[in-house]
Amino acid sequence: MKGNEAFAEAAIRAGADGYFGYPITPQSEVMEYLMAEKPHERTGMVVLQAESEVAAINMVYGGAACGKRVLTSSSSPGISLKQEGISYIAGAELPCLILNVVRGGPGLGTIQPSQSDYFQSTKGGGHGDYRMIVLAPSSVQEMADFAGLGFELAFKYRNPVMVLSDGAIGQMMEKVELEEQRPRFTEEEIIKNTPWATTGKTKNRERNIITSLNLDSAKQEQHNIDLQKKYKLIQEKETRFELINCEDAEYLIVAYGTSARLSQKAVDLLRNQGIKAGLLRPITLFPFPTEAISKLADRVKGILTVEMSAGQMVEDVKLAVGCRVKVEHFGRMGGIIPSPTEVVEAMHKKIIGG
Amino acid sequence: MANITKEEIRKPENLVYKKTDLLTDKALSYCPGCGHGTTHRIIMEVLEEMDIQDKTIGIAPVGCSVLAYDFMNIDMQQAAHGRAPALATAIKRLMPEKFVFTYQGDGDLAAIGTAETIHACNRGENIVIIFINNGIYGMTGGQMAPTTLPGMKSSTSPYGRDTHLMGNPLKMTELVAQLPGTIYVTRQSVHTPSNVRKTKKAIRKAFENQKLNKGVSFVEVVSNCNSGWKMTPVQSNKWMEENMFPFYPLGDIKVNTD
Repeated sequence: MKGNEAFAEAAIRAGADGYFGYPITPQSEVMEYLMAEKPHERTGMVVLQAESEVAAINMVYGGAACGKRVLTSSSSPGISLKQEGISYIAGAELPCLILNVVRGGPGLGTIQPSQSDYFQSTKGGGHGDYRMIVLAPSSVQEMADFAGLGFELAFKYRNPVMVLSDGAIGQMMEKVELEEQRPRFTEEEIIKNTPWATTGKTKNRERNIITSLNLDSAKQEQHNIDLQKKYKLIQEKETRFELINCEDAEYLIVAYGTSARLSQKAVDLLRNQGIKAGLLRPITLFPFPTEAISKLADRVKGILTVEMSAGQMVEDVKLAVGCRVKVEHFGRMGGIIPSPTEVVEAMHKKIIGG
Repeated sequence: MANITKEEIRKPENLVYKKTDLLTDKALSYCPGCGHGTTHRIIMEVLEEMDIQDKTIGIAPVGCSVLAYDFMNIDMQQAAHGRAPALATAIKRLMPEKFVFTYQGDGDLAAIGTAETIHACNRGENIVIIFINNGIYGMTGGQMAPTTLPGMKSSTSPYGRDTHLMGNPLKMTELVAQLPGTIYVTRQSVHTPSNVRKTKKAIRKAFENQKLNKGVSFVEVVSNCNSGWKMTPVQSNKWMEENMFPFYPLGDIKVNTD
């Protein structure tokens, strides 16, 4: 399956209640697949093509506020349009799933894959102090797996979860193992699981209000303090990463998504040259594997980050490392995927020989 | 009459009117004389009379009525500016057995939320839209709205709305009446007791229409904004009759509920 299709199928199987989207390359297969699958008949899931990304993310807000498992997908320019809604969703502490199949920017940019939305995804993106949980798949299998995991984390923390993919992972075809269909939650289960949801005020409870507004500054500050506590808890509990050949590594590459795939090849090439290279692949970009990188920084001689951007994640790697070892960035921009050979050359030039 | 005590007046058999329990006891944040409070009341009365409090989800906008959920004793969501019809679309589609309504002002519905309004109406979402049109941005301090009349003064049209420079007021209600997804489109007011009764009937009909599953019921309430218009409440109602109603005539625009 294509990455985008695997994500769509996995979302149905994860018991999603609703999808709201707007077409944009390179992620349109998500809604195309969903429409073709008639999930309304399969599971009762609602799929609606909205009039804009802005409307789609606000439909997600409305559905999430009812305790439903709802999601949207888009690509970079469309995700920019959704930022207002994401900020409101984070402020109102609503669970939802957002897929970004990143393409090159800025502006209309290109339809080719890129990783230049790292800042936007991990540092907020919209207004206010908030964080999304950001999952970065590097295979079609993970595109599928992260639909279910994304919903799980979103509801666990009442927080938006972004699956930060890219045009390559979204478009490529690989074998994938899918979870069994899980039933959608019934209204009774939703009322039990999410007692805060707007399901209709019954006589035996107070009304439920979903809002991000506090005109009283003291209350709004307390709300922010509570949000920060939640983000800290997420950092403690949900940091995920993969280590490849790091046991004896003297030189480390840090890369996620498509860049991690080609960096793994670069590690092999470096090892063939007798250089002890390893790869740390962040799976969650927020929370970022700061501690794991910090530990490795104590025993490696240098770190290269590989990103399809001008260097965004490199800032978080530098924060983790301090000035203990050299940290350099290598990347291509505008929709170009670097080759493993280029990464090997960059490691020699910027780290080993630099 | 002077010898009747307070206690006697308060006897149940003397009760002629009671605030609905669907309004909270919180004091309204609206200016004295404003139509929001009355409109809130009649919506909640309709929900009480239909006995659908436990099945209704309301959506508050951004604007003066952003805190509508403080006064309406039902489950509510607060939307980003203009996006209420998008929220309502999802809520109703995900929970078709519920009653869903949006409560929006003119800036919210007819400026920043134009796309959401028109597309929800055109898709024929099975929702109620209550549209309060007072021709001005009240909350932010009286700026020009999409519905500000030609020549009408506001803080961003201090010499009067010059349509050559500032564009024309938008008759959103006539516009949505053209769309196949609306089944009931009406324009009412709440400035006299008889108009309040008519508006209440219209709102009742709009909610009853949700049982038909046929599309949007759209109720515009032409209202005053005495603070924004810089008039007394009485002056503002008179001004509304003389200036707003000729441009925004009251009455049903579309009734297609058969």
